[in-house]
Amino acid sequence: MPKFAPKQSELKKEFEEKPSLLKGDYPDKELFDTPVEFRDGNWCYPAKPEIVEDIGFANPRKWSPTDEDWKLPDGWEKTIKDGMKDRLERFRSFKLFLDICVRCGACADKCHFFLGTGDPKNMPVARAELIRSVYRNDFPLAEKILKGFSGARKLTPEVIKEWHMYFHQCTECRRCSVFCPFGIDTAEITMMGRELLHLIGVNNNWILEPVSNCNRTGNHLGIEPHTFVQNIESLAEDIEDLTGVTVNPTFNRKGAEILFITPSGDVFAEPGVYTMMGYMMLFEHIGLDYTISTYASEGGNFGFFTSNEMAKKLNAKMYHEAERLGVKWLLGGECGHMWRVVHQYMDTMNGPADFLEQPVSPLTGTTFTNAASTKMVHIVEFTADLIRHGKLKLDPKRNDHLRTTFHDSCNIARGMGMLEEPRYVLNNVCNTFHEMPENTIREQTFCCGSGSGINTEEYMDIRLRGGFPRANAVRHVKEKHDVDSLVTICAIDRATLPALMNYWNPGVSVYGLHELVGNALVMEGENKRTEDMREDPMAGFQDEVEDED
Amino acid sequence: MKKAVMPLIMVVLLAFVPYVAVQFAGLGFLFGVIIPYVAIVVFIGGFIYRVVDWARSPVPFRIPTTCGQEKSLDWIKPNRLESPSNFWEATGRVLSEVLFFRSLFRNTKAELHNGPKLAYGSSKWLWLAGLAFHWSMLVVVLRHYRFFIAKVPGFVQLLEDVDGFLDITLPALYVTDVILLAAVTFLVIRRFQDVKVRLISLPADYFPLFMILAIALVGVLMRYIVKVDVMSVKDLMVNLVHFNLALPEGIGALFYVHLFLVCVLAMYFPFSKLMHMGGIFMSPTRNLANNSREKRHVNPWNPDSKFRTYAEYEDEFREKMKKANLPVEKK
Ligand code: HEM
Ligand code: SF4
Ligand code: SF4
Repeated sequence: MPKFAPKQSELKKEFEEKPSLLKGDYPDKELFDTPVEFRDGNWCYPAKPEIVEDIGFANPRKWSPTDEDWKLPDGWEKTIKDGMKDRLERFRSFKLFLDICVRCGACADKCHFFLGTGDPKNMPVARAELIRSVYRNDFPLAEKILKGFSGARKLTPEVIKEWHMYFHQCTECRRCSVFCPFGIDTAEITMMGRELLHLIGVNNNWILEPVSNCNRTGNHLGIEPHTFVQNIESLAEDIEDLTGVTVNPTFNRKGAEILFITPSGDVFAEPGVYTMMGYMMLFEHIGLDYTISTYASEGGNFGFFTSNEMAKKLNAKMYHEAERLGVKWLLGGECGHMWRVVHQYMDTMNGPADFLEQPVSPLTGTTFTNAASTKMVHIVEFTADLIRHGKLKLDPKRNDHLRTTFHDSCNIARGMGMLEEPRYVLNNVCNTFHEMPENTIREQTFCCGSGSGINTEEYMDIRLRGGFPRANAVRHVKEKHDVDSLVTICAIDRATLPALMNYWNPGVSVYGLHELVGNALVMEGENKRTEDMREDPMAGFQDEVEDED
Repeated sequence: MKKAVMPLIMVVLLAFVPYVAVQFAGLGFLFGVIIPYVAIVVFIGGFIYRVVDWARSPVPFRIPTTCGQEKSLDWIKPNRLESPSNFWEATGRVLSEVLFFRSLFRNTKAELHNGPKLAYGSSKWLWLAGLAFHWSMLVVVLRHYRFFIAKVPGFVQLLEDVDGFLDITLPALYVTDVILLAAVTFLVIRRFQDVKVRLISLPADYFPLFMILAIALVGVLMRYIVKVDVMSVKDLMVNLVHFNLALPEGIGALFYVHLFLVCVLAMYFPFSKLMHMGGIFMSPTRNLANNSREKRHVNPWNPDSKFRTYAEYEDEFREKMKKANLPVEKK
């Protein structure tokens, strides 16, 4: 059991016995009368001063959320208020969403953090009220006359503590926005809240350290170029050991047709590395002319979890490198928030990428008109197109040892709308795929509970609660259909769901979609395969002949 | 409960003011002419101000919440309404929200059972009551058009005929009156009943509900029970429309209560959550097409950012890169 995880029996008891708003018990205190309490497992370590300094953020210092005094800089109230005013002028979303909520409560029980903690302030509408209450007080209309009428309150250090706590108990997943009759997206409020907090140095090391790393070395993990290459080469060796096929990834190669960028987690951490192997096998199989960059070696963007300016700065490397290498277009790996940025922000922030060409699949001739301007294609779109055109030789029986279900990652589902492609691919590479209940998939998917830069060990308590709705849906198909494999297309999912599954649903393993593609791929000149990429035995392949279809 | 008391008292006081003022102080002109003019100016001016104020803040990023399949490969069927790929589809999406509260239709209720186990049940009451409330309010408002114009237009007549089809009282009972009152009552009760909603409710949430309830009740009272002189009311309204400041005699004081509450609500409107009426059209998660990879969306304040260039990167790692046989720009 991870150190900061609650004891399971206690958590279960809490769910079942403790009165909660979710179960219909009215709390004895009004919303803002409950003080915040930082205890083990519900706060992330603050950013180290040298890291804050390195990326040029405000107020580097040693502090902890459990301290009474957070050492906020002089005049911090004014900084926040000015920062708010500035953002109200720059983001219509922020202004509008603060103004038009009718507090109908449709969003209230849609947030995984509310469902997992029962904490009233985790209702999306309440989360927004944390800022709205200050907004009302400082941008006075009726409130000055009618005190309390519309819930205004003063900006105090307590409010900042509350913001810090609850803007890190929001993974910017946008599920609330699906249900709100006005489309109010609490993720937008959270993003603004976090930007404001950074102005006064209230932060999270798990986000800022990757940001600093990514800036310097090109990837979140801070891997320098030679190590990056070594790691991928060792994955190539694993592929050779497993299949007998040699794959030859190239690095920083000018003149390649395609630059492939994926989250660095795929290169370095289990189980992401198996997904990486899947990509490489696929590219080898189809003879793709691609290269990987050690400079733009990060698909993800933790900058997105701090401020739009930082997101832009880190994202800029993708086009910069594509231009330097002279590739035609970009192909991106499986990741959630990476694709939120690529799909909805990249072109706006760092485009137009006139030096690239409209992406065309070199194998099928399909023009990706939906990426005409950004010039970046999602690997799952790319693979779905290959399968549709019969360009891949696949044997789905090779995944018969897995009984799968599919987890839509929030950003892909609600910030991009790619719902069918992964299912199409999955259905072509495996034979047993069972959907989770309909209120927990597609646009209604539940977050893994650890997105938006909170997937750190010391935050385990909150993560396991936040991930509870997702885990619960998995348990449903586990019990009903014996599902044992949770397939995802997101690097953060691959990093966080294993812990969640271990806790709530032991026996369920987490896979990347392209890992299953790699398993199913019948490659030219391969050895007889009896094991999958994890060296787990495939079912029924001990003395079977290759099956052609 | 506490949070509902203050708005309740406010509404009751607001209802008494014109009654006393007209009945006992003869302030009919103030409440029949001056305040209505002020109200209409504040309402229209305030509404425009708020909308323009929102419009002044740009939409830097294209952030539709996609609630359906995007348009991608041509053999995959896109969901044109929930993941619109062009302006017209996005318009359709907004209209589906405005006319039918489409997102609210999705509403579910989460329940935590022992196990622990979460279950999600369908929950369409809010959608139904919300829709009934707004639509009947719209019909009621449109029906009022008859008071402002000498010759009653055909569509108003039609509306009245259809609305009054039950014909069970004298004058004919309007179905919308019943629906409106029932729906608002439901919405009020819901605010108390659903603990989540009760917790987030502010006095500012009860106030408009009570106001609308009060306006509707007084209206019903005037129409079916304590009759007021409808012809004089019509004279007054037609006069106001023509900037004729004469106040007809003999309108019952109850009418001034009705009118004053409407005026207060109208003046309150632009400065409150009621502005959701304008906001719903401008919500960037709903009114934008999900085509940001196909067409570049421009951010008017796109900041200059100094990122770490490849050259700087190579300068730091050149020797290591060379050792790893990575190509470098500068030898
Ligand atoms: C374009 C026009 C409008 C649209 C699309 C719209 C839509 C909505 C929606 C979706 C809700 C949330 C669900 C509900 O409680 O019904 C709502 C709530 C509400 N609307 Fe509107 N609305 C419009 C105009 C108005 C107007 C003109 C008024 C009043 C003068 C109004 C008064 C209210 C009130 C009081 C609520 C809160 C109900 C509650 O407390 O439960 N709306 N509106
Ligand atoms: S669903 Fe939308 S309008 Fe209703 S309470 Fe939530 S944010 Fe406010
Ligand atoms: S964006 Fe997701 S995590 Fe944040 S409030 Fe909404 S539902 Fe909760």
